[in-house]
Amino acid sequence: MHPAYSVIFFTVASGAGYGMLFLAGVLALLERLPLSPWFAWPFFIIAFALVSAGLLSSLLHLGHPERFLKALTQWRSSWLSREGVLAIATFAPTGLFALGWLFVVNDTSDIGPVMQVLALIGSLLCVATVHSTSMIYASLKPIPQWHRGDVTVAYLVLGLASGALLVGLLGALTQTTTHLAPTIAIVALIVGFAVKLNYWRSIRRLPRASAATAIGMKPGTKVRPLDPPHTEPNYLQKEMGYRVARKHADKLRRIAGTLAFGLPLAALLVWFATDGVLAMALAVIAALSGIAGMAVERWLFFAEATHLVTLYYEGDAATD
Amino acid sequence: MRRTPIDTSPPVSDEVKETTCYMCACRCGIRVHLRDGQLRYIEGNPDHPVNKGVLCAKGSAGIMKQHSPAKLRKPLKRVGERGKGDFVEIEWDEALEIATGWLAEIRRTDPKKLAFFTGRDQSQALTGWWATQFGTLNYAAHGGFCSVNMAAAGLYTLGGSFWEFGEPDWDRTRYFMMFGVAEDHASNPIKIGLSKIKAAGAKFVSVNPVRTGYSAIADEWVGIRPGTDGLLVFSLIRELLRADKVDFGYLTRYTNAGWLVVRNPGQADDGLFLRDAAGRPQCWDLGSNGLNDALSADAKPALVGERRLADGRIAVPAFDLLARRFLDDAYAPEAIAEQTGVPPEVTRRIAAELAHAAFAEEIEIRQPWTDFAGRRHETMIGRPVTLHAMRGISAHSNGFHTCRALHVLQALLGSIDCPGGWQYCPPYPKAIPPAVRPSGPAVAPGEPLQGPPLGFPIGPEDLLVDADGAPQRLDKAFSWEAPLAAHGMMHTVIRNAWAGDPYPVDTLFMFMANMSWNSAMNTTETMDMLTDKDPETGNYRIPRIIYSDAFESEMVAYADLVLPDTTYLERWDCISLLDRPISDPHGPADSIRQPILKPDRDVRAFQAVLIELGVRLGLPGLVDESGEARYPGGLPDYMIHHERKPGVGMLAGWRGDGREHGTGAPNPGQLERYIENGCFWSEAIPEEARYYRNVNQAYRAYGERMGFLDTAEPVIVQLYSETLQRFRLAAQGHGDRLPPESERERIETYFDPLPLWYMPFEEARIDRENYPLHALTQRPMVMYHAWDSQNAWQRQILGSNRLYVARAMADRLGIADDDWVWVHSHNGRIRVQARLMDGVNPDTVWTWNAIGKRRGTWGLDDDAHEATRGFLLNHLIGDTLPNDPHANADPVTGQAAWFDLRVRIEKAADGEAESWPQFDPLPGGDKRAAPAVLKYGARFRKAS
Amino acid sequence: MTDLPHQAPPRKLGLVIDLDTCVGCHACAVNCKEWNTGGIAAPLTDTDPYGANPDGVWFNRIHSYETGEGSAGRTVHFPRSCLHCDNALCVTVCPTGASYKREEDGIVLVDEDRCIGCKLCSWACPYGAREYDASEGVMKKCTLCVDRIYNENIPEAQRVPACVATCPANARHFGDFNDPDSEVSRLTRERGGRALMPEMGYAPINRYLPPREVPKTASALEATADTMESKFLQWVDRILS
Ligand SMILES: Nc1nc2c(c(=O)[nH]1)N[C@H]1C(S)=C(S)[C@@H](COP(=O)(O)OP(=O)(O)OC[C@H]3O[C@@H](n4cnc5c(=O)[nH]c(N)nc54)[C@H](O)[C@@H]3O)O[C@H]1N2
Ligand SMILES: Nc1nc2c(c(=O)[nH]1)N[C@H]1C(S)=C(S)[C@@H](COP(=O)(O)OP(=O)(O)OC[C@H]3O[C@@H](n4cnc5c(=O)[nH]c(N)nc54)[C@H](O)[C@@H]3O)O[C@H]1N2
Ligand code: SF4
Ligand code: SF4
Ligand code: SF4
Ligand code: SF4
Ligand code: SF4
Ligand SMILES: [Mo]
Repeated sequence: MHPAYSVIFFTVASGAGYGMLFLAGVLALLERLPLSPWFAWPFFIIAFALVSAGLLSSLLHLGHPERFLKALTQWRSSWLSREGVLAIATFAPTGLFALGWLFVVNDTSDIGPVMQVLALIGSLLCVATVHSTSMIYASLKPIPQWHRGDVTVAYLVLGLASGALLVGLLGALTQTTTHLAPTIAIVALIVGFAVKLNYWRSIRRLPRASAATAIGMKPGTKVRPLDPPHTEPNYLQKEMGYRVARKHADKLRRIAGTLAFGLPLAALLVWFATDGVLAMALAVIAALSGIAGMAVERWLFFAEATHLVTLYYEGDAATD
Repeated sequence: MRRTPIDTSPPVSDEVKETTCYMCACRCGIRVHLRDGQLRYIEGNPDHPVNKGVLCAKGSAGIMKQHSPAKLRKPLKRVGERGKGDFVEIEWDEALEIATGWLAEIRRTDPKKLAFFTGRDQSQALTGWWATQFGTLNYAAHGGFCSVNMAAAGLYTLGGSFWEFGEPDWDRTRYFMMFGVAEDHASNPIKIGLSKIKAAGAKFVSVNPVRTGYSAIADEWVGIRPGTDGLLVFSLIRELLRADKVDFGYLTRYTNAGWLVVRNPGQADDGLFLRDAAGRPQCWDLGSNGLNDALSADAKPALVGERRLADGRIAVPAFDLLARRFLDDAYAPEAIAEQTGVPPEVTRRIAAELAHAAFAEEIEIRQPWTDFAGRRHETMIGRPVTLHAMRGISAHSNGFHTCRALHVLQALLGSIDCPGGWQYCPPYPKAIPPAVRPSGPAVAPGEPLQGPPLGFPIGPEDLLVDADGAPQRLDKAFSWEAPLAAHGMMHTVIRNAWAGDPYPVDTLFMFMANMSWNSAMNTTETMDMLTDKDPETGNYRIPRIIYSDAFESEMVAYADLVLPDTTYLERWDCISLLDRPISDPHGPADSIRQPILKPDRDVRAFQAVLIELGVRLGLPGLVDESGEARYPGGLPDYMIHHERKPGVGMLAGWRGDGREHGTGAPNPGQLERYIENGCFWSEAIPEEARYYRNVNQAYRAYGERMGFLDTAEPVIVQLYSETLQRFRLAAQGHGDRLPPESERERIETYFDPLPLWYMPFEEARIDRENYPLHALTQRPMVMYHAWDSQNAWQRQILGSNRLYVARAMADRLGIADDDWVWVHSHNGRIRVQARLMDGVNPDTVWTWNAIGKRRGTWGLDDDAHEATRGFLLNHLIGDTLPNDPHANADPVTGQAAWFDLRVRIEKAADGEAESWPQFDPLPGGDKRAAPAVLKYGARFRKAS
Repeated sequence: MTDLPHQAPPRKLGLVIDLDTCVGCHACAVNCKEWNTGGIAAPLTDTDPYGANPDGVWFNRIHSYETGEGSAGRTVHFPRSCLHCDNALCVTVCPTGASYKREEDGIVLVDEDRCIGCKLCSWACPYGAREYDASEGVMKKCTLCVDRIYNENIPEAQRVPACVATCPANARHFGDFNDPDSEVSRLTRERGGRALMPEMGYAPINRYLPPREVPKTASALEATADTMESKFLQWVDRILS
């Protein structure tokens, strides 16, 4: 699939944003969300900025963004519609929660039932939204690399990890945080790494779809394309015919693995043992590297996905 | 949820007009839907005999041809150097004046200095007649490119041909063998026919080096090596003869198998038929054991055995000679396997399948009929084997004889114009050959020719050569170089005009032929010849070129005067029985085009212009005694009122009072009747006259009434060709018209009265190891020659071409898919992009024809892939033979031997990723007219 | 509702495409373009139509393939258009309801006025049948010529999709698969019509008839004589008329 930058930006940014908002609720419930305005203001600004920018970029990617409200109507069947509904719905509890946190709450150990409910609902909705995002992809049968359970897991875990890295970073920079966020980040990164490693390994061993049944020949018949329908590439080929070379993908996987997981994990572990400027620097490294790595991971997520329609254009070679 | 309701019953159009498609020469009937005067939709006319409602890809893209940015807009006069595309627009009056000035002077002094050659038109009934009136014999259309091998072989053997004048019985055939056809002229009818064959469960075999298109759906594909079909056919015939799977009854009655051939080596009558005093062919009658009139009802001709005649000469039945030739072990399936690439068991099996279909699946129709000799038959017997062949046979220098061999095979199976077999399309059958001889030069300037410029020689006496045997025509048709060049030899015209060989001409007048590009052999050099100047005088060697095109083709830039034509939707046209008719075996048919749209440019229909020019020149048929125009109404007037002979005009339908068909007085209301009927006329032949028409009495009566017959005799299939033998005798020194020494051996060899096979000329003359591969082109179904790269829809489907190479061969040569390769021939080299495939004869490479374009033509951007990746094979094809001044053509008919080409390929260097050669871009079409985004039809949706 | 019809449509309209007779002529593709560019999905936009990278909206595209190997090898032409699946994911993924399957005949359509151009439906279609018109910002697709097949302004005999009416090789057939006596049902039955990628579970309506295998049966002919001379002797006294 063509790795469109707008979609990569959207999923990474909104994943991180929802990860932060999710953590806000969880940490608040655990009474571990700092109240300091030095932390809270940038926190919510960044979180909502990420979420909104992500949503906006996905809107701009539409042919008719002005009709976006129509996209909220089909939540009964469409994950994209659900995502839209959930994303908008999420703004309410998380927004109210943010306002409460910034203007009302003055004791982290006693935020009151309203804030508790808002935190709980907000966090759940964040999970639901990212889940919907992932399901947009995971529900697509024609793309075997996406149509699998671990795609959802990866979206959730990586959203959480990136959120946690940013929370950790803010905590470090404002010197307000405990080790909880980084710990969550470490756990999420380890889980995420495991999930992705397994994913990367197994998508290369997916059962090969065959061009034979795609064109109605007896299964097992060899099919080689002779002439495409048109001389120049069309929408389908441009959108779905993108293929990254295996060698190149291997390199990018190593980069993604290092940036998204290796470097942040190392930085966080060292960070536990340090403080001051060095700790801050490590937090910066962990977050930036993590997010950059996840962008690479997301690029690969698209670039390594092959749509079955390529069978029509490349024959059996499409699944090699 | 509110969903926008859809109108499932919108009005299609506010006006529907019928006319005839001209996105190719198949001439299907169309219905043109107009909305507010704009083209909404073009569909096939379900009532039309040619296409029965279907429409091919080209026809369906007609809207985009009408909207092509490459349309010429106004007459053009060259102001810069020829070939640069430097023109000024002029008014029609000036254009016609210039042309009239040039032509009048030629006609006054030496009319043959006008060379008038027309390309892909269907107006030869007018153009040929016009040339006659003008008085130039230098006229032909493009038939020498396509099909003259097929036409001549058929017309000299059957009185009809695979090409245009005959067609398979798609409804009844059980076994259909197609040789060398990618698309053919009958685009839609062949497809309709193949689907019938499939539906009936009959077998379809395609003999073709390439497995695409029709061959792709064949039940059996025979991937023959190019140029060797003759061998395969010989071998099939041999197998049939050896097993006596031959319709002897048919042979003795309706072919010349039993006619006696005189054997008198070294004498002037050697190889001619034994005839009685009245000129009737004789047979050896097994009943009376003596001579008999071979055509008499009681004749029981012996088919083999020498007889000594009373006068001491020896005579032998034609069949005897024929059988000896074909039974030769040189044609055993094993013996031909290596050359043809066809395994012996396949040849054997196909022979058996042919025999099975012809004899075990015989058809009998309860329809009595009477043959020419008065023999009454209670039923019509069908031998449901059908052969069809076109340019895979035709475009080789051995094509005439190979095609003759195919006709012999048909005759042996008794499958000629019978139910289930190959059938004539009226007005064929004609005499063998048709009773028109080519006309020599006008007796004096200002006089018309004695008859039409093209015809069918029956002996050396009909050749157009001077006392020294030198050609009288510019293209050397009907000379000793190509005696039976019945369609002329357009492919030699530019070289000969440039070289002044046999004489210089003054004006080259061309119509609808892209002669500086895809219809040229040796394109690069041809372009040079068109612009070459005599260093002494500084004048162009071809002094003047007038050209009529409708679009910005490659040829436009080479004209001094450009006469812009309309599109097919903007003009009258006439598809006449006098030309290549649209008839099918069920009956005769002809049709017209009517203007559907008014041109939005200052263009005029070429035929109307030709008539106007004729009036200005005062051509005899076009002005009356007082010099006034005979057809003041122009082309439609001519279509109605012009008579070739009394009662015979351009159109056969609704003549006289509107109830006469075939012949009758001109009917002023004729065109209205055509329009009412969907712009065509057709009629069914009576059942009794429907089959065996060459020898059927009832058909004779019908043909007489319709004005189709050109002979009082039955049309007996000529397995043995006496005409060919006459030329051979001349080569042996008999008669008073002898070939020049240099041509004798050629004539003697190739004017064999029996079919023969020889290696194609180029293959025989080049170093075969150096050029190990055959290189071919095929017609893409979606494109018509050069026409359609200007078409926004068609060019998306085929915007550039590749060279297809057999995978095994490519592996051996280290060539991968998409690689750029150099292709070398004896005539030059080109660089092209390769594509690998399996379904191709391993010694063959091929590409789609005429896709490559020159930069800056056809209204395309200069970086269009037609120019940067597309290519022409034509640069590689010599117009003359390697080290031999003869045209690259069949020695009998002059048919251009496009497919004799041999090449070598090798991988290009890295970075060489553009087709080569490239030429200076031409200034191009009206680029302003080309939109960056095309939303055709949006207005119709808003309107509804 | 982007839900699929709750009840199976009473009619299942669709196409049968005969790969045994399809010669790959592109007539159906161009005629489809011609009809539909002025029809209910008009226009079928073309970009850079006279330039280096022409591209356009087409509802029907003709591929060609080589299949099998050696003497079992074939060239197969394969027209590809919407299969009007019963279980059409392109419908259920649509967030706006623009993509829908008609209750009455199962035709899958796009309501362009609702379409936001998110392209998700095109990702959801394994058959590549959805055509994004970038300049209009909406998704388009084969309409099964819904504006022809019920069109009272068209003579009844021609109320079939444009691609079916025009196919010169009669390789395309239109009808109701729910009617066991329809031509499409009969052909599917008799010729073993295949669904494409049935394993994907989309339950496509259209069927493709596979190329037929024609047995090569006839045995070789028997020569009636061994030598040319004995052959001629046999013929000498043959009286045939
Ligand atoms: N390599 C190779 N070369 C070949 C062949 C091959 O098989 N292989 N085939 C040969 C054969 S058989 C043929 S017939 C020739 C065909 O070649 P040409 O006869 O040259 O055919 P085109 O180039 O398609 O068309 C000639 C011109 O007709 C113009 N034209 C189109 N419509 C109209 C109209 O309505 N009015 C006027 N006045 N002009 C119009 C076009 O713009 C074009 O410039 O090519 C030959 N060249
Ligand atoms: N769509 C479309 N239709 C056209 C035209 C067009 O340009 N486009 N042009 C029209 C014109 S002018 C003409 S002349 C006709 C020509 O129509 P066709 O006769 O179909 O001519 P080609 O496309 O040249 O196809 C020649 C076929 O012969 C095969 N072949 C080549 N050499 C040999 C051989 O030695 N033996 C055998 N058995 N096969 C061989 C080639 O592979 C090819 O399939 O088509 C007409 N119809
Ligand atoms: S075959 Fe096609 S292009 Fe040719 S006349 Fe018929 S419909 Fe027109
Ligand atoms: S029109 Fe018919 S034969 Fe031609 S490509 Fe389409 S389905 Fe095949
Ligand atoms: S073929 Fe594709 S677009 Fe058509 S209904 Fe099926 S899934 Fe939808
Ligand atoms: S592109 Fe249009 S039709 Fe397709 S899913 Fe999006 S809104 Fe629905
Ligand atoms: S049914 Fe209509 S829209 Fe669909 S492919 Fe055929 S012609 Fe095109
Ligand atoms: Mo031709």
